[in-house]
Amino acid sequence: MTSQDPRASVLRGARVALPFAAVGFLLSLSFGVLARQAGFSAPQAIVTSALVFAGSAQFAVLSIVTAGGGIGAAVSASGLMNARFLAMGVALAPSLPGGPLARAVQGQAVVDTSWALSNQRDGTFDRWLMFGATAPQYLTWVSGTIVGSLAGGVLGDIERLGLDAIYPTFFLSLLLAEARNPRSRVVALAGGGIALALVPFAPPGIPILAASAAALIGLRR
Amino acid sequence: MNGALTTSLSGAEIWWLIVACVALTAAIKALGPVALGGRTLPGWFMDVLGVMAAALLSALVLTSTLADGQRLAVGANTVGVALAGLLLWRGRSLLLAVAVAVLVTAGLRALTG
Repeated sequence: MTSQDPRASVLRGARVALPFAAVGFLLSLSFGVLARQAGFSAPQAIVTSALVFAGSAQFAVLSIVTAGGGIGAAVSASGLMNARFLAMGVALAPSLPGGPLARAVQGQAVVDTSWALSNQRDGTFDRWLMFGATAPQYLTWVSGTIVGSLAGGVLGDIERLGLDAIYPTFFLSLLLAEARNPRSRVVALAGGGIALALVPFAPPGIPILAASAAALIGLRR
Repeated sequence: MNGALTTSLSGAEIWWLIVACVALTAAIKALGPVALGGRTLPGWFMDVLGVMAAALLSALVLTSTLADGQRLAVGANTVGVALAGLLLWRGRSLLLAVAVAVLVTAGLRALTG
Protein backbone atom coordinates (compact mmCIF):
# COMPACT_ATOMS: atom_id res chain seq x y z
CA MET A 1 0.00 0.00 0.00
CA THR A 2 2.98 2.26 0.48
CA SER A 3 6.16 2.68 -1.47
CA GLN A 4 8.06 3.74 1.63
CA ASP A 5 11.04 1.78 2.88
CA PRO A 6 9.80 -0.59 5.67
CA ARG A 7 12.90 -0.01 7.79
CA ALA A 8 12.52 3.78 7.66
CA SER A 9 8.82 3.46 8.50
CA VAL A 10 9.50 1.23 11.51
CA LEU A 11 12.08 3.66 12.87
CA ARG A 12 9.84 6.66 12.28
CA GLY A 13 6.93 4.89 14.00
CA ALA A 14 9.08 4.02 17.00
CA ARG A 15 10.29 7.62 17.27
CA VAL A 16 6.86 9.27 17.15
CA ALA A 17 5.49 6.75 19.66
CA LEU A 18 8.14 7.47 22.33
CA PRO A 19 6.07 10.02 24.34
CA PHE A 20 3.14 7.59 24.43
CA ALA A 21 5.49 4.80 25.47
CA ALA A 22 6.77 6.96 28.37
CA VAL A 23 3.27 7.67 29.68
CA GLY A 24 2.37 4.02 29.06
CA PHE A 25 5.16 3.01 31.44
CA LEU A 26 3.62 5.08 34.28
CA LEU A 27 0.14 3.84 33.47
CA SER A 28 1.11 0.16 33.38
CA LEU A 29 3.17 0.66 36.55
CA SER A 30 0.01 1.86 38.27
CA PHE A 31 -1.84 -1.11 36.74
CA GLY A 32 0.69 -3.50 38.27
CA VAL A 33 0.38 -1.86 41.70
CA LEU A 34 -3.42 -1.73 41.62
CA ALA A 35 -3.68 -5.31 40.30
CA ARG A 36 -1.59 -6.59 43.22
CA GLN A 37 -3.77 -4.67 45.64
CA ALA A 38 -6.86 -6.11 43.95
CA GLY A 39 -5.64 -9.64 44.60
CA PHE A 40 -3.77 -10.53 41.38
CA SER A 41 -0.40 -12.25 41.81
CA ALA A 42 2.60 -10.61 40.10
CA PRO A 43 2.63 -13.26 37.31
CA GLN A 44 -1.12 -12.71 36.77
CA ALA A 45 -0.65 -8.94 36.43
CA ILE A 46 2.32 -9.36 34.06
CA VAL A 47 0.60 -12.00 31.88
CA THR A 48 -2.45 -9.73 31.62
CA SER A 49 -0.38 -6.81 30.32
CA ALA A 50 1.73 -9.01 28.03
CA LEU A 51 -1.22 -10.78 26.39
CA VAL A 52 -4.20 -8.41 26.69
CA PHE A 53 -2.10 -5.26 26.09
CA ALA A 54 -5.08 -2.90 26.16
CA GLY A 55 -5.02 -0.36 28.98
CA SER A 56 -8.66 0.71 29.04
CA ALA A 57 -9.88 -2.92 29.04
CA GLN A 58 -7.40 -3.91 31.78
CA PHE A 59 -8.45 -1.05 34.07
CA ALA A 60 -12.14 -1.67 33.37
CA VAL A 61 -11.64 -5.30 34.47
CA LEU A 62 -9.82 -4.22 37.65
CA SER A 63 -12.41 -1.64 38.51
CA ILE A 64 -15.25 -4.16 38.11
CA VAL A 65 -13.69 -7.04 40.07
CA THR A 66 -12.57 -4.76 42.92
CA ALA A 67 -16.14 -3.39 43.12
CA GLY A 68 -17.29 -6.97 43.65
CA GLY A 69 -18.29 -7.80 40.09
CA GLY A 70 -17.99 -11.30 38.63
CA ILE A 71 -15.97 -12.79 35.77
CA GLY A 72 -18.84 -12.42 33.29
CA ALA A 73 -19.28 -8.70 33.89
CA ALA A 74 -15.51 -8.09 33.78
CA VAL A 75 -14.95 -10.01 30.54
CA SER A 76 -17.97 -8.35 28.90
CA ALA A 77 -16.66 -4.92 29.84
CA SER A 78 -13.24 -5.73 28.39
CA GLY A 79 -14.88 -6.90 25.16
CA LEU A 80 -17.01 -3.77 24.85
CA MET A 81 -14.06 -1.53 25.70
CA ASN A 82 -12.06 -3.28 22.95
CA ALA A 83 -14.91 -3.14 20.44
CA ARG A 84 -13.27 -0.08 18.91
CA PHE A 85 -10.44 -2.38 17.71
CA LEU A 86 -13.02 -4.10 15.51
CA ALA A 87 -13.73 -0.80 13.76
CA MET A 88 -10.00 -0.05 13.51
CA GLY A 89 -9.30 -3.54 12.12
CA VAL A 90 -11.97 -3.14 9.46
CA ALA A 91 -10.39 0.12 8.32
CA LEU A 92 -6.93 -1.42 8.41
CA ALA A 93 -7.81 -4.65 6.57
CA PRO A 94 -7.08 -3.51 2.99
CA SER A 95 -3.57 -2.42 4.02
CA LEU A 96 -2.55 -5.82 5.42
CA PRO A 97 -1.17 -8.41 2.96
CA GLY A 98 -0.92 -12.18 3.40
CA GLY A 99 -3.17 -15.11 4.29
CA PRO A 100 -5.71 -15.21 7.14
CA LEU A 101 -3.15 -16.18 9.79
CA ALA A 102 -0.65 -13.50 8.75
CA ARG A 103 -3.42 -10.90 8.76
CA ALA A 104 -4.68 -12.04 12.16
CA VAL A 105 -1.17 -11.70 13.60
CA GLN A 106 -0.61 -8.28 12.06
CA GLY A 107 -3.97 -7.15 13.43
CA GLN A 108 -2.70 -7.77 16.99
CA ALA A 109 -0.36 -4.78 16.58
CA VAL A 110 -3.31 -2.37 16.66
CA VAL A 111 -3.39 -0.03 19.64
CA ASP A 112 -5.13 3.35 19.60
CA THR A 113 -2.03 5.49 19.13
CA SER A 114 -0.33 3.26 16.54
CA TRP A 115 -3.48 2.96 14.49
CA ALA A 116 -3.98 6.72 14.50
CA LEU A 117 -0.31 7.48 13.73
CA SER A 118 -0.16 5.06 10.78
CA ASN A 119 -3.36 6.37 9.20
CA GLN A 120 -2.30 7.99 5.92
CA ARG A 121 -5.66 9.75 5.58
CA ASP A 122 -6.19 8.34 2.07
CA GLY A 123 -7.90 5.13 3.15
CA THR A 124 -4.61 3.27 3.60
CA PHE A 125 -2.30 2.61 6.54
CA ASP A 126 1.50 2.37 6.71
CA ARG A 127 1.64 -1.02 8.42
CA TRP A 128 5.39 -0.85 9.06
CA LEU A 129 4.97 2.48 10.81
CA MET A 130 2.22 0.89 12.93
CA PHE A 131 4.48 -2.04 13.91
CA GLY A 132 7.27 0.41 14.73
CA ALA A 133 4.95 2.56 16.86
CA THR A 134 3.55 -0.42 18.77
CA ALA A 135 6.95 -1.95 19.63
CA PRO A 136 8.20 0.63 22.19
CA GLN A 137 4.72 0.93 23.68
CA TYR A 138 4.57 -2.83 24.17
CA LEU A 139 8.00 -2.87 25.81
CA THR A 140 7.17 -0.10 28.30
CA TRP A 141 3.69 -1.54 28.92
CA VAL A 142 5.11 -4.90 29.98
CA SER A 143 8.15 -3.51 31.83
CA GLY A 144 5.99 -0.97 33.72
CA THR A 145 3.70 -3.77 34.85
CA ILE A 146 6.69 -5.87 35.96
CA VAL A 147 8.04 -2.98 38.08
CA GLY A 148 4.60 -2.06 39.45
CA SER A 149 3.51 -5.59 40.31
CA LEU A 150 6.80 -6.40 42.05
CA ALA A 151 6.93 -3.06 43.89
CA GLY A 152 3.18 -3.21 44.60
CA GLY A 153 3.65 -5.90 47.21
CA VAL A 154 6.03 -3.73 49.25
CA LEU A 155 4.48 -0.27 48.77
CA GLY A 156 1.76 -0.87 51.32
CA ASP A 157 -1.07 1.63 51.11
CA ILE A 158 -0.83 2.85 47.52
CA GLU A 159 -3.74 5.25 47.95
CA ARG A 160 -1.50 7.35 50.15
CA LEU A 161 0.75 7.82 47.10
CA GLY A 162 -2.13 8.92 44.87
CA LEU A 163 -1.27 6.32 42.21
CA ASP A 164 -4.96 5.52 41.74
CA ALA A 165 -5.34 8.97 40.11
CA ILE A 166 -3.13 8.04 37.13
CA TYR A 167 -5.53 5.93 35.11
CA PRO A 168 -8.63 8.17 35.31
CA THR A 169 -6.39 11.06 34.14
CA PHE A 170 -5.05 9.01 31.24
CA PHE A 171 -8.50 7.93 30.09
CA LEU A 172 -9.81 11.45 30.57
CA SER A 173 -7.18 12.57 28.04
CA LEU A 174 -8.39 9.93 25.56
CA LEU A 175 -11.97 10.99 26.25
CA LEU A 176 -11.18 14.66 25.58
CA ALA A 177 -9.65 13.65 22.24
CA GLU A 178 -12.81 11.66 21.40
CA ALA A 179 -14.99 14.57 22.48
CA ARG A 180 -13.73 16.78 19.65
CA ASN A 181 -16.49 15.04 17.70
CA PRO A 182 -19.87 16.56 18.75
CA ARG A 183 -21.71 13.24 18.62
CA SER A 184 -19.09 11.61 20.85
CA ARG A 185 -19.59 14.45 23.35
CA VAL A 186 -23.29 13.63 23.63
CA VAL A 187 -22.53 9.91 23.90
CA ALA A 188 -19.90 10.54 26.61
CA LEU A 189 -22.35 12.63 28.68
CA ALA A 190 -25.08 10.02 28.32
CA GLY A 191 -22.75 7.09 29.08
CA GLY A 192 -21.29 8.82 32.14
CA GLY A 193 -24.78 9.75 33.35
CA ILE A 194 -26.08 6.19 32.96
CA ALA A 195 -23.11 4.75 34.88
CA LEU A 196 -23.33 7.22 37.78
CA ALA A 197 -27.11 6.88 38.05
CA LEU A 198 -26.78 3.08 38.33
CA VAL A 199 -23.92 2.97 40.87
CA PRO A 200 -26.16 3.05 43.99
CA PHE A 201 -28.62 0.45 42.70
CA ALA A 202 -27.09 -1.92 40.16
CA PRO A 203 -24.87 -4.93 40.93
CA PRO A 204 -21.13 -4.16 40.65
CA GLY A 205 -19.86 -4.03 37.07
CA ILE A 206 -23.24 -3.28 35.57
CA PRO A 207 -22.93 0.55 35.56
CA ILE A 208 -19.96 0.48 33.15
CA LEU A 209 -21.58 -2.20 30.97
CA ALA A 210 -24.86 -0.30 30.81
CA ALA A 211 -23.05 2.85 29.69
CA SER A 212 -22.38 1.09 26.38
CA ALA A 213 -26.08 1.58 25.55
CA ALA A 214 -25.27 5.27 25.07
CA ALA A 215 -23.37 4.28 21.91
CA LEU A 216 -26.75 3.63 20.28
CA ILE A 217 -26.95 7.43 19.97
CA GLY A 218 -24.48 6.75 17.12
CA LEU A 219 -27.47 5.43 15.15
CA ARG A 220 -28.94 8.91 14.83
CA ARG A 221 -28.00 10.43 11.53
CA MET B 1 -11.76 2.88 43.59
CA ASN B 2 -11.75 5.11 46.61
CA GLY B 3 -11.99 2.30 49.08
CA ALA B 4 -8.88 0.09 48.69
CA LEU B 5 -11.04 -2.83 47.63
CA THR B 6 -9.90 -6.34 46.87
CA THR B 7 -11.60 -8.81 44.58
CA SER B 8 -13.38 -11.81 46.05
CA LEU B 9 -12.28 -13.97 43.09
CA SER B 10 -9.90 -16.85 43.85
CA GLY B 11 -6.49 -17.17 42.19
CA ALA B 12 -7.81 -19.79 39.78
CA GLU B 13 -10.81 -17.61 38.91
CA ILE B 14 -8.47 -14.70 38.16
CA TRP B 15 -6.54 -16.95 35.74
CA TRP B 16 -9.81 -17.86 33.96
CA LEU B 17 -10.68 -14.17 33.79
CA ILE B 18 -7.29 -13.43 32.20
CA VAL B 19 -7.60 -16.32 29.69
CA ALA B 20 -11.06 -15.11 28.64
CA CYS B 21 -9.89 -11.50 28.23
CA VAL B 22 -6.83 -12.58 26.20
CA ALA B 23 -8.92 -14.75 23.87
CA LEU B 24 -11.62 -12.13 23.42
CA THR B 25 -9.17 -9.28 22.76
CA ALA B 26 -7.17 -11.34 20.24
CA ALA B 27 -10.37 -12.39 18.46
CA ILE B 28 -11.64 -8.81 18.27
CA LYS B 29 -8.30 -7.59 16.85
CA ALA B 30 -8.15 -10.45 14.33
CA LEU B 31 -11.76 -10.27 13.15
CA GLY B 32 -11.49 -7.13 11.04
CA PRO B 33 -8.34 -8.07 9.10
CA VAL B 34 -9.26 -11.77 8.68
CA ALA B 35 -12.99 -12.07 8.20
CA LEU B 36 -13.71 -8.80 6.50
CA GLY B 37 -10.61 -8.44 4.33
CA GLY B 38 -11.64 -5.15 2.76
CA ARG B 39 -15.39 -5.72 2.87
CA THR B 40 -17.22 -3.06 4.84
CA LEU B 41 -19.70 -3.56 7.64
CA PRO B 42 -23.08 -1.79 7.58
CA GLY B 43 -22.73 1.93 8.23
CA TRP B 44 -25.00 1.92 11.27
CA PHE B 45 -22.82 -0.72 12.92
CA MET B 46 -19.64 1.29 12.34
CA ASP B 47 -21.39 4.39 13.67
CA VAL B 48 -22.18 2.61 16.94
CA LEU B 49 -18.66 1.17 17.24
CA GLY B 50 -17.20 4.58 16.51
CA VAL B 51 -18.73 6.17 19.62
CA MET B 52 -18.52 3.11 21.90
CA ALA B 53 -15.17 4.21 23.36
CA ALA B 54 -16.56 7.62 24.34
CA ALA B 55 -19.44 6.04 26.29
CA LEU B 56 -17.23 3.56 28.15
CA LEU B 57 -14.28 5.87 28.82
CA SER B 58 -16.65 8.42 30.30
CA ALA B 59 -18.25 5.75 32.51
CA LEU B 60 -14.84 4.45 33.59
CA VAL B 61 -13.47 7.91 34.44
CA LEU B 62 -16.58 8.98 36.36
CA THR B 63 -17.11 5.76 38.32
CA SER B 64 -13.42 5.48 39.20
CA THR B 65 -13.38 9.01 40.63
CA LEU B 66 -16.90 9.37 42.07
CA ALA B 67 -17.99 5.90 43.19
CA ASP B 68 -16.89 4.41 46.49
CA GLY B 69 -18.35 0.92 46.32
CA GLN B 70 -22.05 1.57 45.77
CA ARG B 71 -21.91 5.07 47.22
CA LEU B 72 -21.24 8.26 45.26
CA ALA B 73 -18.60 10.37 46.99
CA VAL B 74 -16.17 13.18 46.24
CA GLY B 75 -12.69 12.17 47.38
CA ALA B 76 -9.13 13.46 47.11
CA ASN B 77 -8.77 11.64 43.78
CA THR B 78 -11.90 13.37 42.45
CA VAL B 79 -10.23 16.73 43.03
CA GLY B 80 -6.85 15.62 41.66
CA VAL B 81 -8.30 14.16 38.45
CA ALA B 82 -10.62 17.17 37.96
CA LEU B 83 -7.64 19.56 38.16
CA ALA B 84 -5.73 17.35 35.73
CA GLY B 85 -8.73 17.43 33.39
CA LEU B 86 -8.68 21.22 33.48
CA LEU B 87 -5.00 21.21 32.48
CA LEU B 88 -5.65 18.74 29.65
CA TRP B 89 -8.56 20.81 28.45
CA ARG B 90 -6.26 23.85 28.38
CA GLY B 91 -3.92 21.87 26.14
CA ARG B 92 -1.21 21.00 28.68
CA SER B 93 0.77 17.78 28.35
CA LEU B 94 -0.48 14.46 29.65
CA LEU B 95 2.69 13.99 31.71
CA LEU B 96 2.07 17.28 33.57
CA ALA B 97 -1.60 16.40 34.09
CA VAL B 98 -0.70 12.98 35.51
CA ALA B 99 1.88 14.54 37.86
CA VAL B 100 -0.67 17.09 39.13
CA ALA B 101 -3.35 14.40 39.61
CA VAL B 102 -1.00 12.22 41.68
CA LEU B 103 0.47 15.07 43.77
CA VAL B 104 -2.88 16.75 44.51
CA THR B 105 -4.52 13.43 45.40
CA ALA B 106 -1.66 12.34 47.65
CA GLY B 107 -1.39 15.83 49.18
CA LEU B 108 -5.07 16.07 50.05
CA ARG B 109 -5.01 12.59 51.56
CA ALA B 110 -2.00 13.55 53.69
CA LEU B 111 -3.81 16.66 54.90
CA THR B 112 -7.17 15.04 55.57
CA GLY B 113 -6.03 11.51 56.50
